Amino acid sequence: MSRAGDQPISRTRLENGLEVRLKEMRTAPLISSWLWYRVGSRNERPGTTGISHWVEHMQFKGTPTFPAGVLDRAISRDGGTWNAGTWLDWTVYYETMPAGRIDLALDLEADRMVNSLFEPAEVESERTVIISEREGHENEPGFRLDEEMQAAAFRVHSYHHEVIGDMADLHAITRDDLYAHYRNYYRPANAVLALAGDFETEDMLERVRQRFGSLDGGTAPAFESRPEPPQRGERQVVVEGPEETPILEVAYRAPEPTDSAFYALAVLDSVLTGASSFSPYGSGLSNKTSRLYRALVEGGVAAAVSGGLAATIDPYLYSLRATIRPGQPPEVGLQVIDDELARLQDAPISQDEVDKAIKQAKAIFAYDSESISNQAFWLGYSEMFADYGWFESYLDEIDKVTPEDLLRAAHQVLVPAQRVVGMFRPTLEAVNGR
Amino acid sequence: MAAKSKSLPKLDVSSLPSPETIARSQLENGIVVLARANFASPSVVIAGYLPAGALFESPELAGLADMTASALMRGTEQRSFHEIYQSIESIGASLRFGASSHAASFRGKSLVADLDVILNLIAEVLTEPTFPKKAVEQLQGEHLTGLALRDQDTRAVAGMTFDALAYPNHPYSIPSDGYRETVAAFKRKDLKAFHKRTYGPSGLVLAIVGAIEPQAAIERVRQALGGWATKRSTMLMVPDAPALARTERRSVELAGKTQADLVLGCPGPRRSEPDYLAAALGNSVLGRFGLMGRIGDSVRERAGLAYYAYSSLNGGIGPGPWQIAAGVNPANVDRALALCVEELERFVGEPVTEDELADVQANFIGRLPLQLESNDGVAGALLHVERHDLGLDYYPRYPQLVAEVTRQQIQSVAGRFLDPARLAVAIAGPPEKAA
Repeated sequence: MSRAGDQPISRTRLENGLEVRLKEMRTAPLISSWLWYRVGSRNERPGTTGISHWVEHMQFKGTPTFPAGVLDRAISRDGGTWNAGTWLDWTVYYETMPAGRIDLALDLEADRMVNSLFEPAEVESERTVIISEREGHENEPGFRLDEEMQAAAFRVHSYHHEVIGDMADLHAITRDDLYAHYRNYYRPANAVLALAGDFETEDMLERVRQRFGSLDGGTAPAFESRPEPPQRGERQVVVEGPEETPILEVAYRAPEPTDSAFYALAVLDSVLTGASSFSPYGSGLSNKTSRLYRALVEGGVAAAVSGGLAATIDPYLYSLRATIRPGQPPEVGLQVIDDELARLQDAPISQDEVDKAIKQAKAIFAYDSESISNQAFWLGYSEMFADYGWFESYLDEIDKVTPEDLLRAAHQVLVPAQRVVGMFRPTLEAVNGR
Repeated sequence: MAAKSKSLPKLDVSSLPSPETIARSQLENGIVVLARANFASPSVVIAGYLPAGALFESPELAGLADMTASALMRGTEQRSFHEIYQSIESIGASLRFGASSHAASFRGKSLVADLDVILNLIAEVLTEPTFPKKAVEQLQGEHLTGLALRDQDTRAVAGMTFDALAYPNHPYSIPSDGYRETVAAFKRKDLKAFHKRTYGPSGLVLAIVGAIEPQAAIERVRQALGGWATKRSTMLMVPDAPALARTERRSVELAGKTQADLVLGCPGPRRSEPDYLAAALGNSVLGRFGLMGRIGDSVRERAGLAYYAYSSLNGGIGPGPWQIAAGVNPANVDRALALCVEELERFVGEPVTEDELADVQANFIGRLPLQLESNDGVAGALLHVERHDLGLDYYPRYPQLVAEVTRQQIQSVAGRFLDPARLAVAIAGPPEKAA
């Protein structure tokens, strides 16, 4: 029996700077390709917020070789799936195709790395699509709260705005702004191409060289993020709206993913809110034996609770989120959370709880290693904030975490003076407040 | 057709689920077990359903089937809620129950070494749940919060409004998660009675896919569930849903929202409809292929009105809806609606083009390896084949079935189910003056 996660990987840097990661997998006749660019909302300034995400949309609007619509059709005809995503630190384009058809994805990605048109009419058409996307987000009270919390947490650092961008900027960004952003960040020296699936490594590397090797690499664009100054005192954000259901969110300053405290925090999160994958395409488990579920949900205060820990280039947030039952103020939930966090800081948690979190992390790792798409995702994603070694050693690092490490991390991270407390207060009367 | 099929993707059908690789067995008590091996990773998926869905509840108890299914894991004769979840979460496994219109269903996942833990738990919660009073009240509170959120969600409200319009006096007009007033009134005895009346081995179908030999998997299920002898209901049929006499439009206002959601369409074909595959291919042309088909091309790509605009075909045991959905600025609702109706008129008025048909045929065949890559995907496929009596050789036959669909079949089935002059049109969004 072969374990999908155990295959060796190939790491190559082409002369033009493109980093290539390849991993053979024979579990299905598929190949998944993920092209990562080191650009996201972190690389944006006020006035052009949302521009990285908009550039991602424009990458589907055609090149002279592949006009808009031609590619959708070609990839769908072959039974493939493709999409893209923009986040704080990166923008990624992926295709998962039947193994014999992957050349189409490679041709496409090499072409649109440099040849996208950004036609003015397409820019204007996409402006209203993206505004519509933002309006869809605005329908969700959770988005409205998150946006205000991010702004409160980051006054200086560019993590302060949502990836979708501010509405004012979505109205103001020009075609030339978009094209300049594209030319600056879309180049081999700023990208990682990761493929996993049913191929021979040498053959695939040659195919990658043929398509990407001749592109002008340039240099990796310089971007200095502005460090967030130390937070001196708790910040509070209140958002109101004509809804019925309150939301409580508490965000602490998370360590960087390469910091040993990060692994301890991942275990703490599992203890507090249940185990989950760092991959947006990954698995999660139920969290009904987690400490905050028992305190908040079994305690009748909330209907759901979750934790959020992300791996980012610059220090980001660790957040706890509770959907409070209608008819109660969100502050009730805050007291319960504070009591639980105090318990974590008062005494080491039992070895049994640590062992459970480690077993859960291993199970999720096994589930996430099953799919070719997920393997290719991790090949590149880990390079965005560390390197693939981070992913390979993750379980070993988690295995080393002790109750004392957790106690230390709880004191280091869960600091009231360095948190943002966000509350969504509904203004409609609860119909059934039970 | 033969000429066209030459341009379709060639699949290695030996890699697909087939009578040679699927084991199917019916236990003495009626339970049907399907199993397929996949040794690529040391995990296993267990999924299944039984006839205990919302159709078995009365309208004044709307949501009871879903609540009963969700409450199964809240306590049994042997274990408390906490002990049940401790047993699975401590080993990194998962198991959840829920119910839709026709069936209660479950889905679990574990490392294969822990398969018996999951199977024994499934057997325990199906056969001897106790619905403890405190746990049921807590669950009720969670469901009521979920319904409060649902009732403020423009997409969900537009969908429910559509169902009420398109399915008058039909069970599909009632949301399977119920209403707040019905769910708030449930008592523990309601759940116990529903369980006693509907849960039993007859009609239960279970699929196991993962790192275990199929016959061994079936034997494990026999050990866990073979002794369950209760006689209960079988799957209910639902009535047809007649087309509306004319287009009916209903808007629901939700304060504080920025975007409106639009849903329009008609009751669609059942999965048992002989032309269902033609309808599915046609629907792909209409609102799925590439970037959301013709609807996406018109509403998003050319008009720039929406981030999402697509069609869906939801035929199952009953006549689920064939509908189009879009999220648009309130000022653009009428324009988007007009574009959708225009596309529907074209879709029923003339056959899809030869190129369009060839595109979606290639897509339906070529995407099978991706759909069937995961254990979850295969388990879903096995349950689908059993539920709709498609035969264990369905996937090996599937490329040919797809290749045989004609443009005329698509136009015919579209014309029978979609009438652009007799649509249910539902809108949920901010009050008009906010537009």
